[in-house]
Amino acid sequence: MENFTPGSALVGGAVIGLSAVLLMALLGRLAGISGIVRGLIGPAPGEAGWRAAFLAGLVAGPILWGAVGGAVPPVELTAGPWVLAAGGFLVGVGTAIGGGCTSGHGVCGLARLSPRSLVATLIFMAVGIAAVFVTRHVIGG
Amino acid sequence: MKKILAGFAAGLVFGIGLTIAQMTNPAKVLAFLDLFGDWDPSLAFVMGGAVVVTFVGFRLLRARTAPVCDSAMQWPTATAIDARLIGGAALFGLGWGLVGLCPGPAIAALGIAPQRTILFVAWMVIGMSLVRWFVERRAVTAAA
Repeated sequence: MENFTPGSALVGGAVIGLSAVLLMALLGRLAGISGIVRGLIGPAPGEAGWRAAFLAGLVAGPILWGAVGGAVPPVELTAGPWVLAAGGFLVGVGTAIGGGCTSGHGVCGLARLSPRSLVATLIFMAVGIAAVFVTRHVIGG
Repeated sequence: MKKILAGFAAGLVFGIGLTIAQMTNPAKVLAFLDLFGDWDPSLAFVMGGAVVVTFVGFRLLRARTAPVCDSAMQWPTATAIDARLIGGAALFGLGWGLVGLCPGPAIAALGIAPQRTILFVAWMVIGMSLVRWFVERRAVTAAA
């Protein structure tokens, strides 16, 4: 556990929570990132603007943080292009069918004490852990 | 214009939070999912911090009838725990575990290393679009 960073994890997590509260207070929308992206695909009237702006802000976040002197971690990807594409596709299909991801089910759903989101979170965590176990310790072992 | 600015501000704060928490780094996420290797529990602390703040904030907002910049609070209404939820979450978990990216961090990482993450994001959008055009259209047709 040499890379364990509880302090920055808690602070960063709290800031993510702040964003979810901000989005609900200002626009009455749930901060589920996959849902925000999906709403841009064939958007309903009046839905495209704030969604595109949110995603632009999401991209600008690390840029601004770096510009004011904050530490921006590297993007260390071990997956090659085929796995990257397959993983992206699975995440897209899975979040669309399951109605949410780590933010919508994981953060907002758990904060709303939603049993549906708790089930989703336990499943994607368990499958994610299983996938890493197989790729790192069975195939890669 | 107010809605655009509000959306941008919320997205910006979300992106900064992910960056501080180092969740934009797939290696950090995979280290959390690697329960049987050199385990890094950081992601659990990120979720813990986020859930506590969101829980308190949502409690305070519960009584509101309208948000500041729009006309209605759109709280989720779905409660079903069905095959779609379970299957979807499992597929998502598989993609997440293979790469170490989920939608929020993948998009935020476009602001750090776009050439490395654009392929993932492009295929994610293709996957979402396929479900939108095939599965959901069929569901609408079936219901009609």
